[in-house]
Amino acid sequence: MNKDAGGPDGSFNSRLQAARIKQGLETPPKPTGKDPGGAGGSAWGVGLRLGLEMVSALVVAIAIGYGLDRYFGTRPILLLVFLPLGIAAGVLNVWRMVMREG
Amino acid sequence: MAAEGHSSIDALSQFKLEPALGAIGHSVNFTQANLMMVVASVLVLALLWVGMRPRAMVPGRLQAAAEMCYETVMSMCTEQIGHEGKKFFPIVFCLFFFILFGNFLGVFPYFFTFTSHIAVTLALSSFVFILVTAVALKEHGLHFFSYFVPQGIPAVLAPLMVLIEVISYLSRIISLSVRLFANMMAGHVMLEVFGSFVVMLGGAGALYLFPAGLSLVVNVALIGFELLVATLQAYVFAILTCIYLHDAVHLH
Repeated sequence: MNKDAGGPDGSFNSRLQAARIKQGLETPPKPTGKDPGGAGGSAWGVGLRLGLEMVSALVVAIAIGYGLDRYFGTRPILLLVFLPLGIAAGVLNVWRMVMREG
Repeated sequence: MAAEGHSSIDALSQFKLEPALGAIGHSVNFTQANLMMVVASVLVLALLWVGMRPRAMVPGRLQAAAEMCYETVMSMCTEQIGHEGKKFFPIVFCLFFFILFGNFLGVFPYFFTFTSHIAVTLALSSFVFILVTAVALKEHGLHFFSYFVPQGIPAVLAPLMVLIEVISYLSRIISLSVRLFANMMAGHVMLEVFGSFVVMLGGAGALYLFPAGLSLVVNVALIGFELLVATLQAYVFAILTCIYLHDAVHLH
């Protein structure tokens, strides 16, 4: 037991450290950096996902604008207001995703 | 299937819902999609239950598989959310394996892919969205709404930025569901199209046997590709759920 600290290759301490971090007893030295989830695949896949992020924000914005227009009876105005907001939100989504992947 | 009497490719009829389980299923509108959901859930439960029954120190094959499933999702939770992630382990586990088994079952011939329906994926992603919002409200109370106000912006721009952030937040529902649905549907349409090529070219005479064989080769490759996409999309859905939960627990 007196050799634990040194251990074979000193790996005991690092394994203990890893196990303690995993159980939430210690905070990891550095918070999670990159997420592996966003990545995964080719440039083709990344491009598709970026496009999807943009389009989905646009869809939400158009839905909100159109719905509010229907409600207030101001047909094109609110749709036109929300359209640029949707584009901005789409760019924001893309920006976030790219930043997250490092 | 495609092109029986007429010579057009009917790639979308495979997604049509039909009642399953005979008269009982017909009367309660129990479709084959529902049937596949039940099958997927039962398979997940069976893997865990049968796999963990021996409780051996040195796991056998099934037990090793079950433990690996547990470890994978557990590390996903703790790495993405932090140690609070353990609270959300059951929900992430259920989502991941429900989608994974649904995707895998869809690769089998004559089986239906329930994740290729936007209704299913939209329901799943709405559920995740509501869960994330509820968790954020519970953890932070009304302070949660500061999530929509980015730090360090001029007061003049604040209303604009809040609107943009809200739209961006809401767009998660769409992107999460469409990603899964589109990937699964596109893969199955491709399979159907190349499958129809094999049948149509193969029946068109000796001259066309070579392109027919080529389409068959493409179809075999596509099946392998489908397996990859099935795993990847289930993983992406689960990991994005984790990332959203991380945002909900930690804000910013």
